[in-house]
Amino acid sequence: MQFLGRVGAVLLGLSLILAMCLPAGAADPITIGVLGPMSFTQGEGHWNGATMAADEINQAGGVKVGNVMRPIKLIKIDTNEFLSIPDATNAVEMAVSRYKVDFLIGGFRTEAVQVMQDIAMDAKKIFIGCGAAHPALCTRVTKDYDRYKYWFRLTPINSSYLGKVDFILLGTVGAIMKAQLGLDKIKVAVVAEKAAWADPIVRAAQKVLPGKMGMEVVGVWRPSPVAKDCTAELAAIQRSGAHIAFTTFSSSVGLTFAKQLGELKVPAAPVGINVEAQKTGFWSATGGKGEYTVTINTFARVKITDKTIPFYDKYLKTFKEAPNYTAGTYDAVYILRDSIEKAGTIDSAKLVPFVEKTDMIGTSGRVVFDKSHDVKWGPGFVTGLGTQWQGDQNLCIWPYKWHGITYEGTVPYKLPPWVVEHWKKK
Amino acid sequence: MILDIIIDGLIKGSVYALLAIGFSLVLGVARIINIAHTALYMTAAYLIYVGTKLMGLPAPLAMVASVVLTVLLGLLVYTLFIKPIQEHEAAVLIATIAVAMMIQEVFLMVFGGHYLGVNPLIDGYATILGVKVTYQHLLALGLALVVLVATRLFLVKTRLGLAIRSTAQDREVANLMGMNVTRVAMSTMAVSVGMAAVTGAIVVPLVTVEPTMWMHPLIMMLAIVVLGGLGSIEGSFVGAYILGFAESLVVFMVPMGSFLKDSVALSIMILVLLMRPEGLFGVSFEEER
Repeated sequence: MQFLGRVGAVLLGLSLILAMCLPAGAADPITIGVLGPMSFTQGEGHWNGATMAADEINQAGGVKVGNVMRPIKLIKIDTNEFLSIPDATNAVEMAVSRYKVDFLIGGFRTEAVQVMQDIAMDAKKIFIGCGAAHPALCTRVTKDYDRYKYWFRLTPINSSYLGKVDFILLGTVGAIMKAQLGLDKIKVAVVAEKAAWADPIVRAAQKVLPGKMGMEVVGVWRPSPVAKDCTAELAAIQRSGAHIAFTTFSSSVGLTFAKQLGELKVPAAPVGINVEAQKTGFWSATGGKGEYTVTINTFARVKITDKTIPFYDKYLKTFKEAPNYTAGTYDAVYILRDSIEKAGTIDSAKLVPFVEKTDMIGTSGRVVFDKSHDVKWGPGFVTGLGTQWQGDQNLCIWPYKWHGITYEGTVPYKLPPWVVEHWKKK
Repeated sequence: MILDIIIDGLIKGSVYALLAIGFSLVLGVARIINIAHTALYMTAAYLIYVGTKLMGLPAPLAMVASVVLTVLLGLLVYTLFIKPIQEHEAAVLIATIAVAMMIQEVFLMVFGGHYLGVNPLIDGYATILGVKVTYQHLLALGLALVVLVATRLFLVKTRLGLAIRSTAQDREVANLMGMNVTRVAMSTMAVSVGMAAVTGAIVVPLVTVEPTMWMHPLIMMLAIVVLGGLGSIEGSFVGAYILGFAESLVVFMVPMGSFLKDSVALSIMILVLLMRPEGLFGVSFEEER
């Protein structure tokens, strides 16, 4: 018995020594479910951003939880939300119940994210949204804090702010056209895909443009989000005498519209939201005809913060494409790391106050959450960007001297030459 | 504006006609409702993308290769999935839906949900009576008309065309007259898929290549075929232009409702069917039975 006791003591000692010598990788990992439509660019952005951050953190030893260094383990959850919202629901249920993830990040379509949000809240897991823009996702936090306190939105800025940036870009281009082409009044064709999220922008455009902005709305066109041909709309826009095509597109119609506008050299400068134009593949998919397209964006190779350009370059080198707004998962992982290290726990309920106090210089700006757990927008916080395709590069053109902000690397806006040629003759 | 509508409607109608006539041929001859018809059109589009963008082949060579490969795939589909159950029309319908979904999933797996594009064969645009039309659209229109005429000549002037038409008119009698209707059906399938592939090759520079690009043309094609009369080639031709012009009319007349163009086109189909259930050029269902 005495011998067995000694053996037991030696084994216990050995196991303690081994436990202390083991690298961080041997400790229980912190699991983060990355939600996104993984067959599509948006899901790829979610996954790529998260893996970049997780790899960096794991290479540096992991996340310090109390006295233990724990690695991050990512679980890829394909929500397929482009094609089916029920698929998204099932995927999140699986993440929570089967994979027992500690946190959730990602999501893209508002309709799908609302459902995902409820499942995450039921499971009391922190969920950092990096894709859906609707303000309602965050107003839920203010209306029912105890239930929705686990939700935070990081990217993109919410659609009200997107709308503000949208109109600032329109005003900027309008002013340039007036100055360069000697136009008295800017005529605007409002072109928005027929989708619920675009309706408020259309209504706001009809009200704000003639009122506050002194522009004329010459017509409103609402093609299907998946329209494969916009030549008829473009012919009508040209006949309307519009100087600017104010676009609101999140789907494939953005590609079709930009390509055909360039092919037909319709003398209306494209400005607004065009999610397809945020992607590196836009240039190739339009055969270069999408040049001069302006869109709101989250990332470009400009010095928003010291982290932006290194992040952008590493992302481009690793994944052969520029990051889109869903790659905000990169900052989301870092926010979780910082909060966990401060709190010393991975318990979501205990972590919430620490995430709420986030004040981090991220890749898209200074990240601070407001009372509704939405990322703050404005000078000194996250601003969003306006980018324009000039040659085969999607370059930052805004903010340009906006509240004294011009990010290093920003270039002046360029009018499409055929627009200049057409309106100079008039 | 009228000119805009005429030119736009002509182009749309021609592309729809190419798809619908191919579909009608095989429906009329072999009673095969091939839902995978537009999935094969998508296959040709993807193959051209692979040929031109990924392999760097000259566009005409990629087009020819894509048509040949798509026809071979179509024949494989026919042999494996359609021929064994050809006598059961409902089963064929369901099997071809499955094939179309399979093709979609394969492209989704290989290329992801990315929106891809192919460069036009001819850059630039022409201004016809004040209406801007890209050269690629004009080329598509011209090629579509050539293919339509060639198909017509093939059906009228060749022995195989005669066999196809006679089988389409009465399969049983054609069989009794000594025709190998199975072989005629297979040949018709090849011609039909060939037309889908040619359509894909012609329009690929005008559209966005993505894994669900087959769905909208499928809906329009079915509407055209029903409007024109099931299995009627002439009906498909006329139906295609009616719906093509209807779409253009909506965009130009109701810009705020341009997303409604498909619904309006389909409503026209329903209206025609209410007045003439057999379609414009079809045999009435009761009579057919």
